[in-house]
This record gives sequence, C-alpha cells and structure tokens, in this order.
Amino acid sequence: MTYKGHFRIWRGDEEGGSLEDFEVEVNEGEVVLDIIHRLQATQAPDLAVRWNCKAGKCGSCSAEVNGRPRLLCMTRMSIFSADEIITVTPMRAFSVIKDLVPDVSYNYTKAREVTSFTPPEGLGPGEYRMQQEDVERSQEFRKCIECFLCQDTCHVVRDHEENKSAFAGPRFLMRAAELEMHPLDAADRRDDAQDEHGLGMCNITKCCTEVCPEGIKITDNALIPMKERVAGRRYDPVVWLGNKLFKRGS
Amino acid sequence: MTEVERHSYDVLVIGAGGAGLRAAIEAREQGLRTAVICKSLFGKAHTVMAEGGCAAAMGNVNAGDNWQVHFRDTMRGGKFLNNWRMAELHAKEAPDRVWELETYGALFDRTGDGRISQRNFGGHEYPRLAHVGDRTGLELIRTMQQKIVSLQQEDYRDLGDYDARLKVFSECTVTQLLNDDAGAISGAFAYWRESGRFVQFDAPAVVLATGGIGKSFSVTSNSWEYTGDGHALAMRAGAKLINMEFVQFHPTGMVWPPSVKGILVTEGVRGDGGVLKNANGERFMFNYIPDVFKGYYADNPEEADRWYSDPNNNRRTPDLLPRDEVARAINTEVKEGRGSPHGGVYLDIASRLSDEEIERRLPSMHHQFKELADVDITSEAMEVGPTCHYVMGGVEVDPDTGAADGVPGLFAAGECAGGMHGSNRLGGNSLSDLLVFGRRAGSGAAGYVSSLTERPTANQAQVDEAARAAVEPFGAGETYENPYTLQSDLQRLMNELVGIIRTEGEMSEALTKLRDLAERARHVGIEGNRQYNPGWHLALDLRNMLLVSECVARAALRRTESRGGHTRDDFPKMDAEWRHTLLECTLDGESVTVTPGEQVPMRADLLELFELTELEKYYTEPELVEHPARTGAQREEGAP
Repeated sequence: MTYKGHFRIWRGDEEGGSLEDFEVEVNEGEVVLDIIHRLQATQAPDLAVRWNCKAGKCGSCSAEVNGRPRLLCMTRMSIFSADEIITVTPMRAFSVIKDLVPDVSYNYTKAREVTSFTPPEGLGPGEYRMQQEDVERSQEFRKCIECFLCQDTCHVVRDHEENKSAFAGPRFLMRAAELEMHPLDAADRRDDAQDEHGLGMCNITKCCTEVCPEGIKITDNALIPMKERVAGRRYDPVVWLGNKLFKRGS
Repeated sequence: MTEVERHSYDVLVIGAGGAGLRAAIEAREQGLRTAVICKSLFGKAHTVMAEGGCAAAMGNVNAGDNWQVHFRDTMRGGKFLNNWRMAELHAKEAPDRVWELETYGALFDRTGDGRISQRNFGGHEYPRLAHVGDRTGLELIRTMQQKIVSLQQEDYRDLGDYDARLKVFSECTVTQLLNDDAGAISGAFAYWRESGRFVQFDAPAVVLATGGIGKSFSVTSNSWEYTGDGHALAMRAGAKLINMEFVQFHPTGMVWPPSVKGILVTEGVRGDGGVLKNANGERFMFNYIPDVFKGYYADNPEEADRWYSDPNNNRRTPDLLPRDEVARAINTEVKEGRGSPHGGVYLDIASRLSDEEIERRLPSMHHQFKELADVDITSEAMEVGPTCHYVMGGVEVDPDTGAADGVPGLFAAGECAGGMHGSNRLGGNSLSDLLVFGRRAGSGAAGYVSSLTERPTANQAQVDEAARAAVEPFGAGETYENPYTLQSDLQRLMNELVGIIRTEGEMSEALTKLRDLAERARHVGIEGNRQYNPGWHLALDLRNMLLVSECVARAALRRTESRGGHTRDDFPKMDAEWRHTLLECTLDGESVTVTPGEQVPMRADLLELFELTELEKYYTEPELVEHPARTGAQREEGAP
C-alpha cells in the first residue's frame, strides 16, 4: 500500500511565494497532515504548518487541499488516487504568515465584538434550570472548533478584504445566534447582528455549511433563523411603535 | 546586551488550557494585571480533547453522592498516594466550579428536571461527570475563552482597551523563567513563534499551567504541545517534581490505522454501556478485579448488566475499574494471544445501544471512527489499546495556594502540578482538577503579589544567557542532528523501555540511551530562519522532553513496587512501605537527583471516612494504630 505521492505545497511568506513540488512516501490509512509531517522530518524541516490534536478536535490545521477548505488531519489520503497531484495551500481569505500558516487575527477581533453571554438577573450559580431540548439548539453551534474554514470559504470576505470591517463572518454570526437561542441569556442581539456584524450581507449560499468539519448546519439552523428574528423585530409594528415612543439609546 | 520586546505584568500565566484560563480569570477578577502566554492559538489547548466529562459530586443523578464519596473514590483510584488535602479541596469545590461555568455561558447536557446531567465513569461510585456529549473539554475551553473575552469587553468599556488588564500572548513560547538574586520569580523569557523575536516579561508571579509530558511517548493521545515545558521550567528554577514515575496509559486509544494510533476513545463509551471483549468474544474484565477492589465490582456479566438500570442493588461492571487496572488487563490479553488483528482488544457499544443513542451520546467517537478508520461504531466493535494519556507527577505545590515549594512567586496548577491524583488519576478528575486548582493558583498568585513590598528585578545576565541558549541550534556545525529524528528516537525509547510495564534492566538501558540522546541533542541543528520555524521550535522543546523523560525513568527505577500508573514486572506487588513515600526530582547542575520524601499523614477525620478493613490493604500497621476502629474511640460530631 505504500507509494510515492506527488505534492505541491505553497511556500513563502507575506513577501510572496510559490508552489513547490515534493515526492513523498504515503502509507495506508494516512491523512494529509501525516504527509506534511513526513516532509518536515525528511525534506523541509522549516515547513510551517499549524496543528495540535491531529484528531479533528482543535481546528488548528485548516488549509486548502486542491482548492477546497479542509482540516489536514481529517483529510484521508485514500480519497485521492495514487497518481494525483495534491496541492496544499494556506486559507485564502487571510494573509499569510509563512507557508501554510495564515494570520487569523481577523477572527479574534470579531470574537471580541459579539456581546458576551449575559447572565440572567436573580439566578445564582447552581440555580440554572434548562431543558435538554432547549439547550440543544445552541449546543449544535457550540460544537464549533473554530477552524475558521467557514470564514475562509464565505464569499463575502474570501476575495473581498474591504468587507471584513463590516462583516463578522459565519462563525461569529452563528455565535450571536447561539447566544440569542441560549435559554437563559438576558441580552437581545438582533440589532447588533444586523447593524454591527453584517448579517444582511449573508445571502445564504450555504458554502459555510458545506465546509464545516463538524457538520454544523450553520446556514439553516443559525443564520436563517437569525435573519427571521431580525425581520420579525424590524417589521413588527408594535416594536416599531415602541421604538418610536421610547427611543433606544437616548 | 540583548534587545528584546518587554512587557510588565502582575501575574503571568503560562499555558491557556483549562487550568491556565481559570487561573487568569481569577487573577484578573482579583484586580491584577494578568498575561496569558500560550504556544498555540487561543482556544486550541489540549483541554479541548477531553471528552467524557468533569467530575463533581453535585448529586443531580444519584442523590447519594457527596464530597466524601468523591474524596474516597479519588483516594482509592490513586492507591492512597494522593495528596489528601488536594483530594479534599477538589471533592469539596468541584461542584461550585462547574456551576460557576454556567454563569459564564456553558451549556451542559441536562437531566429531566433541567439540572446538569451526570454520567458514569471508571472508579466513580455514582454518575458524577458533568458533560456535553463527548466533547466536554471543548465546552470548558470555549466557555473560559469566552469569559476572558467578556472580561476584556469590560475593560474596553471602562478603559478603552481590550487588553488593559488581561492580555493573551498566543503562539509565544516561554523558554526560561527569570528570577532575582534571592531566587524569587521575576518574570519569563519567551519567543514569538511567528517572528522568532524574543520577549521579556517582568512579573513577580508565574502560574505554570502547561499540561503534561505525553509527547515523549510514541503512542500517545497528547498533542505536540505536551513536551513537559512547565515541569522543566520549574525544575530549572529550583522547584521539586514529585510522582514522576506515575504515567497514565489510558486503556482505550485507537490502534488502527497506524497514523491514528493512540488517539483517545473516551471512557464515556464504557460509562454509557460499552464493554471490552477479547478475540474470543469474552468479557475479560471479570478476570481482572484486583484484591483491593474485590466486593465493589460485579463478578459476573448478569449483575454488571443489571447495574446500569439498578445501580443501588447491583455492583458496577469491572469494565469501569480505574484506568491503570483496565490498561494492564488489555495489555495482558494481547500479550497472551487473545488480542484483535491490529494488537488491541474490542470495545463494543454497537450491540449495547441503539444507533440513535450512540450517535446522540457519542457523536465525536462516531465521527472519529468513521472518518479516520472506516469503522461505523453503531454496527461494529472498535479496536482499542493503551495509549499514553496523562502524567500524575508534577511540581510539588502547596494544596491551598498552588505555590511551588522552594521558589517564591512560582505557582502551578493542572496536569503540570503533582500530588492530587496520587499514583493514578480517575477519568473526569482532570477537568475538575484544573477548575479547582486553576482558580486556587490564580488566587494564590494574586495574594502573593499583593503581599510584596518590593518587586523582584530581572537579572540582565540571565536574559542574555536565555537569548544565547535559544539561538544555539542555528549555530550547529556542518553536520548536525535532525530534531525530528531525535524526537522520534526519544518517543520510541520511552514507549518501549519506560512504558506500561517496566523492569530494572529496561529502565537502566533507557537511562543510558537517554544520556546518548542528550549528547546528540547538544548538536541539534536546523535549517531556515527564525520566522515560524517548526524545526527550531522542536529543537527547543526537545530539551524539556529529555529532562522530564529522565525524571520519569529515574523515579521509576527507584520505586521498587507496582502501584497505579507504575507497574514493575520485577516488583509486581503494591508495598505499604512505599505508600507514604514520595520520590522528589530536583535538578543539580545538569543532573537529575531523586530523593525519597515522606508523605504527610492524612488528617484523622478524613482517614475515618474509610473502613479499617479497606485501609489495611494499603497502610502499614503502625500507621493505623490511631484509627478509632482500633482505639474504640468515637469522634464527636463536627470535631476537626
């Protein structure tokens, strides 16, 4: 089952770079990250890649394999034929630091802009009561391993750097939805989602859902329901009147 | 003089796993300017891999549970070598720490009446593990990461700067702790992984929360970060490590395909009904109930199966014995020829639960086997075998404050601290450990800093030396050692010679080979420059790996008995004389010294929580003369 695989890997830094060809041993049962590690150990000791758990749980080794956003540790070599050239490049939506390591600070900036969990008044530690069926909606979103593949693939920012300041990306719109659906969270996040995080820029093409390694239905279960909640608020005549009478923030 | 970027803080926390984040939250909430330094991105620490749950005697599922029961289970699991004060604090405080996480936004699985659900786990008498499916560690990390963000948002509102009082320095590696002339901590020296540039942190207190050492073994569930950094940093600063001979091999790691060998299969599989079988289809664990646990576990499959639905009238299944027992049993089955095709045994959940239940309760396991091994665990048994998982040994600390013995300003919590788990950790006690002692170390550091009248100052010569040592691998000559080769040689050596079953001959051989490796490591060289260079990073991590590996081998050679995570083929019995002895590793120049020290005797009111007949299995006669069952004395209610 061992064969010589053909790899083409992007090497370089913020100054520029290019694809480099490698021939490297591939064994039964291996994943792309195994091959990258073999390259480090035998041919390219300074080849930069992020990884941690190698078990699909930490979301560190995100990259693009033949142009598709993937976790390197969960991409098995058996999905490719032995004579196929496998191209590995860093996530395209972010600037590169070196080789396969991108600058993902955009995501950490956006994470700070979502209002945190707001505990309910009058409930102390140990007093929280929630039903399983009520926590399951938010639990689905909390499976997120923050690999940022959804952010990478989302066409709103993938080739549109200019949209980044106004758009939090699927991961953090989903974070807002997660808190909005938390049974005990006390804050209302609908205006923020629309006005601060750019929910309106999402036109539900579901690219994020397709690349999610955790299989989270980001679009169907988080983004669309969030859009509906925003719409319900904006066009509800009672809310509209209430806002007129009691101006927010004044 | 070396030009370095410089920052000043009150408390430095090294490591951003559960213990580090909890420590940082505590220090910041007590008003101290706090920095978290971590090797990976924020939110990626090894804690995310914890699956089964967080042990806390909340009594939500079985009202019979309380801290005393949890304390007893923990001491039994550790074969009574545990620091009993740590085990006491842990059992008492774990519920508060879990409930606190809900106020940060955590969403645990629920009971029918809306409280936090709890699952069964090895060595725990009652269902005790708060969990979220089989991704509990991720929930803990994310919850505390988001709590830190919420504290930063407060600072942004109040001070206009998110990082004003709590800043995370991610992808930054500490290579040395700094101290003043009197030996007190004055900061730390680090490099940015991204640029290779140096950073000097000035701070009077450092909390080590760097996790474990498992990357020194070839079959491991641990990530690349687990290179024993905190252990090594502490030793070089003058602290003691205890219990380094105790390394936990988790009984169920994946064994096939080779590239995933060692990846964890949660104990939750067994907690939820999964059973171990050998190649003949026999549930072999009934043959491996050790004397000390006889009477506590079912001795036949019928009773074991009844226990799941009627735990009050049946004894629990031996599939849920503590991890050291199960790992040894699997090892024996395989060695005696009853293993599976790829050298493991079978873990069967498929015939025990419906497909839907498996996918609901164990989604990560279902996903992991399907994606990595082409195995559908709803219809087939998993192949599993032991994998290096956890080190019980670590920095010797004061149980109440996490202060390291002998180094003012140094604190440690979580896996890099020693004592809490004795010779073997129970599953689920790690996540609770890092919450309880992370908070205590953060608080201990804050108290220490507040008590200082003067701050220790950095020693420039030490900083210059740290900078010189860090770039040494770039100056290797024409021929040099490949760090990746060295690492893989070390991993093979430790796995084969200081692994799950040990003998004097093999460990002596290991020590000789470790010396050779250390010599080769002096000539390690790298290619490329300092910008994000994994070869260089590994070359520096290797120094720590070699040092802690030597501690493990030396302590293991010294302890001539078998107990918990230390099994000697040449000394197969547990020896009561060794129960009260802790082996302390210190660094003298470049050599590791192992010194036996006495364990502090357990407080009388805690000792009385155990039946005399049980204690007699572990203790020497003179240690028990004071037990009330011997003296006939009755303690007064509420007496200390």
